[in-house]
Amino acid sequence: MSGKYKDVAYYPGCALEGTGHAYNRSTKEVGKALGLKITELKNWNCCGAMEVKNVDPKLQTYLSARNLSIAEEMGYKTVMAPCNGCYHNLKKAEYDLAHDQNSREVTDRLSRKAGHKTYEAGKVETIHALDWIKEEIGEEGLKARVKNSLNGLKIANYYGCMYTRPRHIFPEKDQGPGSESTSKPHFMDDLLAAAGAENVDYPLKTACCGGAHTLSDSDTSTKLVLNLLTTAEACGADVIATECPTCHTGLEMHQARAEKVFGRKTKVKILYFTQLLGMALGLSARKVGVQENFSDSMDLLRERGLY
Amino acid sequence: MPIHEKSLIRPENLVTHEHLEIEGVDVSGHWSTFINTRAVSDYNEQMQEEIAALPGGEYIHRCWQCGSCTNACTVNAINPDFNPRYWIYLIRMGYESELLRDKDIIWQCVSCNKCTYACPRDVFPEGVMKATAHWLELKGHTEKKPSMVFDETFSEQVFATGKIEDGRVLREFFARTKQSLFQDWLIAMVRSLLMRLPVTLMMKLGLATVFHPRTRGWSKAQAAIDEYVHEREAAARKALRLDVQGAE
Repeated sequence: MSGKYKDVAYYPGCALEGTGHAYNRSTKEVGKALGLKITELKNWNCCGAMEVKNVDPKLQTYLSARNLSIAEEMGYKTVMAPCNGCYHNLKKAEYDLAHDQNSREVTDRLSRKAGHKTYEAGKVETIHALDWIKEEIGEEGLKARVKNSLNGLKIANYYGCMYTRPRHIFPEKDQGPGSESTSKPHFMDDLLAAAGAENVDYPLKTACCGGAHTLSDSDTSTKLVLNLLTTAEACGADVIATECPTCHTGLEMHQARAEKVFGRKTKVKILYFTQLLGMALGLSARKVGVQENFSDSMDLLRERGLY
Repeated sequence: MPIHEKSLIRPENLVTHEHLEIEGVDVSGHWSTFINTRAVSDYNEQMQEEIAALPGGEYIHRCWQCGSCTNACTVNAINPDFNPRYWIYLIRMGYESELLRDKDIIWQCVSCNKCTYACPRDVFPEGVMKATAHWLELKGHTEKKPSMVFDETFSEQVFATGKIEDGRVLREFFARTKQSLFQDWLIAMVRSLLMRLPVTLMMKLGLATVFHPRTRGWSKAQAAIDEYVHEREAAARKALRLDVQGAE
């Protein structure tokens, strides 16, 4: 319990207002249940996701710099983003603005023309929803608050690409004991274990779901997702816990697509880690938006006394 | 010119003659199969510079061909022809005709950044893949690939309104690529969701498709971004020695 992240700015991003609304809802509910205050960035803009950087990476830097300047203007030292894409882009902007003169120039030029303050590196720290709970509440704090243990629910923790790669934009990771690892991330495992889950040894924690081409190259994405799903099942998992709306929706979509197009049915369920934590904290499945997921996990949760 | 890596035993490199006699020796038929020359003469010596001029390709010159990128590659694991290390080699050598053999799969890079994570030389191979896909399109070697259409659909919405609405991106992308929205799997997914979703939430999502989410006061940012994009496009075309006016 550091007190550092008790009151942070919140950047939900576009996906959390659309397909990932269950993640938005469960993050807010978990925050409330844990007594952590989050304030949404005023009038934020899209971070550019995976697409704008393919037009020009410096534009992506500008988009995130604008969001960071809003956090600064609102008087926050920390912005928390639950979406891996948003989190990654804010981190990347921070890195590029600190290390690349050209990025600074383009950001400054665009910020001036758009009529707002140019963000300078080092003013605002970006954290993921995982850092937020892990650092502020911790496993012990979480254990003390668990009302409805996940009771040995077998979980494969899936972190995806953008949370750990590339390593250089996450200077706080790989710093020895207590810090997050980029090769074998464990923050989500730690939190869910504290909530009573039994984490399976899942080798594809940071494998790719093909999220960038989920619609433009669907067969590749379906193959990648099917690999994630069947491996999770082979590891004995009932649930894949996610921490990114793009991965989450990708897993759900391609689970349905694999069944319809490839004739491969898998039954592992997909839930946001915040939904699982919320239920362990005693919130109802409805309150953390379980019925809003495409992946229908209600029977499993009922069976485990969580619904 | 040095002799470079090139697979010789390919169907188009194998030559047999039904009737051929050279200096009195009969070399007809399968027993006397010839292999075409491995000497390379059609180098594009500007190729590396051209790729380096496009966003993402800047650090291609650092590569020392260790192959960590291909070894780590997500797409390579499902398609062995997808080989970033080899493509970087071809680009640095200027072996354009050889690269063009793979022109229809390079765009399939999923940007998982495993290559960039593994690369000991900070080449940023993921960026090089995007620059190469972009180069192929600008040079007219390939038509616009689905992922480019998706990037454009998405980015246009961001530039115009400051935000995206994912349902709108999906519909627009399917329309631009002439695909039906009524895919079996999509219908099955939406149907199962509708059975469970509370009415109020459905109304909220429905409203988002009518009133597009947008960032307030975005017009000045939009103008600044548009100006910058046009400038960069012109610079890219110039670096590739293409007609600047030819931009769409």
